[in-house]
Amino acid sequence: MGILESLKALLFGKHDVGGEKQDVKPEPARKTDAVKEAGKPADVIVEKKASIIKEPKEEKPVADKITVGHVHMSGCTGCLVSFADNYEGLLTILDKYADLVYCLTLADVRHIPEMDVALVEGSVCIQDHIAVEEIIETRKNAKIVVALGACACYGNITRFARGGQQNQPQHESYLPIGDLIDVDVYIPGCAPTPQQIRNVCVMAYLLLKGNDEQKALAGAYLTPLMNLAKAGTEACGCDVMYNVINQGLCMGCGSCAAACPVRAITMVYGKPQVERDLCIKCGACYAQCPRSFFSFDVVNQYEGIIDAIDAALQP
Amino acid sequence: MVLGNYKQVIAARSTDAEILRGSQDGGIVTQLFAYALDAGIIDGAIVAGPSDEPFKPEPMVATTREELLASRGTRYSISPNMSLIKEVTRSYGLDKVGVVGTPCQIQALRKGQLYPVGLRDVPDKIALAIGIFCMENFPYQSIIQLVEDHGATALENVSKLDIGKGKFWIYTERGATVQIPLKVTHKYEQPGCHVCLDYVSNLADISTGSVGTPDGWSTVFVRSANGDDIWAKAIAAGAFETKPIDSVKPGIELVTKLATEKITKNQQYIEDRKTKFTVGKELRNPYI
Ligand SMILES: Cc1cc2nc3c(=O)[nH]c(=O)nc-3n(C[C@H](O)[C@H](O)[C@H](O)COP(=O)(O)OP(=O)(O)OC[C@H]3O[C@@H](n4cnc5c(N)ncnc54)[C@H](O)[C@@H]3O)c2cc1C
Ligand code: SF4
Ligand code: SF4
Ligand code: SF4
Repeated sequence: MGILESLKALLFGKHDVGGEKQDVKPEPARKTDAVKEAGKPADVIVEKKASIIKEPKEEKPVADKITVGHVHMSGCTGCLVSFADNYEGLLTILDKYADLVYCLTLADVRHIPEMDVALVEGSVCIQDHIAVEEIIETRKNAKIVVALGACACYGNITRFARGGQQNQPQHESYLPIGDLIDVDVYIPGCAPTPQQIRNVCVMAYLLLKGNDEQKALAGAYLTPLMNLAKAGTEACGCDVMYNVINQGLCMGCGSCAAACPVRAITMVYGKPQVERDLCIKCGACYAQCPRSFFSFDVVNQYEGIIDAIDAALQP
Repeated sequence: MVLGNYKQVIAARSTDAEILRGSQDGGIVTQLFAYALDAGIIDGAIVAGPSDEPFKPEPMVATTREELLASRGTRYSISPNMSLIKEVTRSYGLDKVGVVGTPCQIQALRKGQLYPVGLRDVPDKIALAIGIFCMENFPYQSIIQLVEDHGATALENVSKLDIGKGKFWIYTERGATVQIPLKVTHKYEQPGCHVCLDYVSNLADISTGSVGTPDGWSTVFVRSANGDDIWAKAIAAGAFETKPIDSVKPGIELVTKLATEKITKNQQYIEDRKTKFTVGKELRNPYI
């Protein structure tokens, strides 16, 4: 099965959970004026304005956009802040490509609606029944589930939780979302970087709405991140030992050390030396390593891709 | 194809005698960075600097001509230049970053720009990526083994190491030359080099190496739009002396030949990893 076929199957066929969710027509997106009017992402004051007056000239047909939601599990909101740190880029994304249909901080919607893409931040506390219900609901209602950030992908710092904290001391078991539901795409990192989130957003848009060539490129770009999602829910600095050095693949570039958010990796005689007690299990080192995954089809086109993403983010 | 995409390939050397003096070949890397620093194209560059141990490179951020001069010359050992790629934009505060690297490091850089998993705010700050040619690299312990054991020479007495004409060359401070055939050095190579499918830094803005041109000159591939722009400016500024590549010996054919040999050999090894080491299993293939 080619990439495109498998993507189509993934996007439109596989998660046949709800029974009634067979219709793949793009949903007429509910417009969230709140977000568009919020101005700077830092001012997250939700201000609902009835949009009676349409700005006729600059509006693109809404059906061209994809619908996106941000689902907040046990995370620190750092992932969302990182998304917002795209500044004008975020506004362009929300303007041209995506309607934010669900987001606790930015969109005034109570229940998890149907959407094209759910960005899930945080791991799931299985003692918190609301969290469990919401993650199940998310899988049912979203065509693509993206684990946004290390806690959703791998548990990250929440792996070290052992309960006992006030005022819910019984909340002690936190699982990466992939232990509870099927996940389509991983964006590792603590926090995931604004540029990585931006690139995935643009690629997800191209995959769903682009022409054939764009779809193929976006598919090739997203495939490694989909493979990470298939590979499991455990990450550690040890991955660069197990899967790179032990496999005879490390060439000492140092990308892993640069990517580590807690400086757990130093390069000693040209190889990563992991201070294992410092590692928070975010998965950035391994995902950043050019010898974890490397697609010539994608990276050889780096100039074109960077230009395309830049162009896509022009207001 | 084995040479990647490029807009032009030429023979060149720096016009700066001071740069040429300590450079490995035509001083292309140091001259380009020095020019780009002067012209405000970069704020500084990640290079392989010297360290406490002889011929052991240490990644460093050069923001002055002096620091660039200190990094001249090839050190045939691993210099994890990418390890500084985030820090260079943080504590060093560079907005326009230059970086030199082996083909694999340039691959790491471009992957990092497209998939900046842990490289916040780095992708848009890469102003000039210079790649060097690379057949293989050695762990520092292998250099000790080769020079001190096989070459019977103390490393602190060595003035230059070079690989060329089928041999590993050791030049000493006192003028002696020791040569070791490459068939002896092969087993000491860094294992990760054996799956490497790039000889001439196909993904750099500009890439350079000694092969193809006479001693003291370099072969230069100008590759990206950005590289093309910077190269044209550097030429206009008189930074380089150039010759058409087909006017020099041995010329581009040798580069193509070596690139093809490297890639064919390593492709075979990647194939072998699927069958020759295992029963019903495969060693991991990083290229998907
Ligand atoms: C491991 C290795 C293998 C090589 N194999 C070949 C080959 O097979 N064929 C060929 O034609 N050329 C090869 N080269 C390149 C060649 O030796 C010269 O580095 C290149 O021609 C640049 O010379 P120059 O005079 O332009 O640069 P200079 O002005 O001398 O500057 C050299 C630059 O390279 C950087 N550098 C030095 N050592 C390293 C290192 N270990 N890792 C990363 N950067 C480094 C320095 O920081 C400096 O900025 C190899 C280089 C290395 C490091
Ligand atoms: S990122 Fe580079 S140094 Fe780190 S494990 Fe991968 S190849 Fe080795
Ligand atoms: S070593 Fe660092 S980058 Fe790797 S998983 Fe641990 S914390 Fe993350
Ligand atoms: S042979 Fe390849 S992997 Fe090894 S140092 Fe050179 S470019 Fe890197």
